[in-house]
Amino acid sequence: MNENRKYPFSEIDPDICKGCGLCVASCPKGVLVISDKLNSKGFHFSEYVGEGCIGCGNCFYTCPEPSAVTVYLRNYVPEEVS
Amino acid sequence: MAQKTILRKPRGFIDVYKHKPGAEKDRTHYCPGCGHGILHKLIAEALEDFDIVDKTIVISPVGCSVFAYYYFHTGNLQVPHGRAPAVATSVSRANPDSVVISYQGDGDLAAIGGNNILQAANRGENMVVFFVNNAIYGMTGGQMAPTTLEGQITTTTPYGRNVKTDGYPIQVCEIINQLTAPVYVVRTSLHDMPNIRKTRAAVRKAISNARDKKGFSFVEVLSMCPSGWKMDSVPAQEWIKENMIPRFPLETFRDDSEDTPAIERPVPVMDPDEVKRILEYSALSDSNLEKNPDAAFEKVAVRIAGFGGQGIMSAGIALANVGMEYGYNVSWLPSYGPEMRGGTANCSVKIQSDTVGASECTEPNMVIAMNQPSLEKFEKILVPGGALIYNSTLIDIEPTRTDVEVYPIPITGIADELGNTRVQSMVSVGAFAAVTEMFDPGEIENLMTSLFKGKSDKVMKLNEKAVRKGYEYVKENFS
Amino acid sequence: MPRKLMKGNHAAVYGAILAGCQAYYGYPITPASEIAEAASLLFPKFGRTFLQAESEVAAINMVYGAAGCGLRVLTGSSGPGISLKMEGISYCAGSALPCVIVDIMRGGPGLGNIGPEQGDYNQVLKGGGHGNYKVIVLAPNSAQEMCDLTMLAFELADKYRNPVFVLTDGVIGQMMEAVELPEPVTELPDKSEWAVYGTADSRHLINSIYLDHDDLERWNRELMKKYEIIQKNEVRVEEYRIDDAEIVTIGYGSSSRVLRSAVDIARERGIKLGMLRPITLFPFPVDEIAELADRGLTGILTVEMSDGQLVDDVNLALRGKMISDLYNRMGGNVPTALEIVENVSELYGV
Repeated sequence: MNENRKYPFSEIDPDICKGCGLCVASCPKGVLVISDKLNSKGFHFSEYVGEGCIGCGNCFYTCPEPSAVTVYLRNYVPEEVS
Repeated sequence: MAQKTILRKPRGFIDVYKHKPGAEKDRTHYCPGCGHGILHKLIAEALEDFDIVDKTIVISPVGCSVFAYYYFHTGNLQVPHGRAPAVATSVSRANPDSVVISYQGDGDLAAIGGNNILQAANRGENMVVFFVNNAIYGMTGGQMAPTTLEGQITTTTPYGRNVKTDGYPIQVCEIINQLTAPVYVVRTSLHDMPNIRKTRAAVRKAISNARDKKGFSFVEVLSMCPSGWKMDSVPAQEWIKENMIPRFPLETFRDDSEDTPAIERPVPVMDPDEVKRILEYSALSDSNLEKNPDAAFEKVAVRIAGFGGQGIMSAGIALANVGMEYGYNVSWLPSYGPEMRGGTANCSVKIQSDTVGASECTEPNMVIAMNQPSLEKFEKILVPGGALIYNSTLIDIEPTRTDVEVYPIPITGIADELGNTRVQSMVSVGAFAAVTEMFDPGEIENLMTSLFKGKSDKVMKLNEKAVRKGYEYVKENFS
Repeated sequence: MPRKLMKGNHAAVYGAILAGCQAYYGYPITPASEIAEAASLLFPKFGRTFLQAESEVAAINMVYGAAGCGLRVLTGSSGPGISLKMEGISYCAGSALPCVIVDIMRGGPGLGNIGPEQGDYNQVLKGGGHGNYKVIVLAPNSAQEMCDLTMLAFELADKYRNPVFVLTDGVIGQMMEAVELPEPVTELPDKSEWAVYGTADSRHLINSIYLDHDDLERWNRELMKKYEIIQKNEVRVEEYRIDDAEIVTIGYGSSSRVLRSAVDIARERGIKLGMLRPITLFPFPVDEIAELADRGLTGILTVEMSDGQLVDDVNLALRGKMISDLYNRMGGNVPTALEIVENVSELYGV
């Protein structure tokens, strides 16, 4: 994980994502996009554009893959979680 | 208190899907955009949040979610098509403290398992049923489901579902809601974010009901099947909104969970001493009375026959019981098959020292005929030299057999003189004792308590008298 | 030993209680309903579960669930009901779940009648359900054995993690005999290796799916190995006056009771008749029957209340060295001892 990323943010595993696009449709800020790139399974995966996430969790709850989307919320402090 | 700060794969899921064959043990088998994964995630999250992953058992029947056991970090049973509610019933009864989840699709639940879901709901079993309604058979490749919409094209309704020939899409929540027992019945949808959040709330409510042993909760979830519907995921959500919701309105049909007390199940008694106490071992027959070495009969195969209501069966059972007390091997067999009909009844009793072979007396050495049809029917099969006891009160013909011992006894008349014709069977028991000399009438009287367990003293006294009278009649008239 | 006069059907329920059976799931059908009725009376007295299921299919699936949770569990039925249960029995066998099924056979095919018959032999012994599996089949012929063999059935079910049938007919179910009630079992086997209890340590999987062909074949071979062990270790027979017999009759269940009487009558007439009764139908007493062929017998007569289902297995066991004759009754008719003796006389000129 990139320590310099700005919270909150959504992280999508490009290899697990099946590119259904439900997260993109559900994102109120439109900060998720379907990538031009293909993953190893041949899906155009979903990507966070890097800013604008408000941590609503829509992408997490609308994603059918248990481990494809992780959302790091504002009060997340990595040191304390360990 | 730890504050939840990350939305990540819930702990209700297995970390690595070890039961899933092949290399991809980090992702589901579901198609892109499938609603199952969303609902799975909501369930797994609730199990983690309520700290009940350990005590949850998921039942996966046939359908796309047959492989739900790949994913849930719970006890898992994979079960036959449609039978999840039946299996969940016994799983819940076996483990009353567990949270039992029956996860079913529409073909499974509403077609082949239609009765099972209704009956489990009607019993108010403590379980949660998640009913994924996507209006199609997904796993088998897109055939018509009970919930397929009117006009919807599937691989088995290529011209569209015709309600005139295929029936109407079944509204399951509405049917479940007709039953008295369920505590929570709700229909939600996965077609957009607000509705996914409502589904999340329903999932949590239903699971907490099971945790609190409130009974039967039913959550129908309208869900996308992009593969089966042959469309992309986002248009599939639109399709739910446009087409499914009009037929399957989103509604909380019932929520009685607040007012419903927790179900209590008994703790099974397994202690051997306690088992013996409940089975009344101490009261069981253990004493062998002494056999009469000079008895006229050393073994008896008797056919007792008469009208239904003459106590034919109970006379036979009484004889077998007394025989048992004397340490004989005994068997009693009721008449079986068509001869039961037509108002006559008969039974076979064998009382002998060696092992009893055939239990039906096809060649009896004694017949007790309580009415005329029985005399006519059974005197024929009596072996030569056998004994024929017949009820002379009701039979006014003579037996045709001359090669047997004949005992005409006014059995019903004797009982009538005692004030109750219902004891005629015990008169015949007394007569049997006198003819065979196998049993002492006094001992039979001592056995009345066990033969007529629970009956009043008066009834027992009357039966004792009947035995004595039958015995005395034979001794006085045929010695 | 404390004795009680009871029906075979009731004795099976007593046997279940004594064996520590914790749950009964069943559906009414004549002539097996008395099992459900007796269970409904007895099980609640012990805080154990009795549930009248909505169907035979539901009942066997409830058995599947209870067995998956490690309970000793019983169901009872008769021919048509057993047909309906077959899918579930295949699942129990495929998932290696121990359970006990009592089948009080009645007349068939179809609705048939409620008389005693043995026509379920093939459906119970030869699969019935789908796929490669076998069930252990015990064939009691007395009320005492209904109790004892039901207890044994639970033991064998757990020992081999396999469904076990107690297979008999309406005569044995309906007749009353003195039953010596044995001591209740004191200890139940530990199933924590595989059973699901709804705890962190019992997150097991009860399952019969093997998508990979090699995995399923491996499982099939494991099952075959199990059945071989059962065949080797669990054969039980009763022999009656067989040592000097010149003619041997073979039968099980209520027809074997008649055979015992027939043997006695034949002996009185100077005919050296004996009886071999399979107590276990799977494992079938193959060696015991094969050995008969080496005795120089005048004949072997299989007596059954079905259309030659048993005699097929007898002849397989005889491996062509001899061929068993068949005497059978059907439709609810039970052969009589005299009928059998006369048939023996006619067949073998004795």
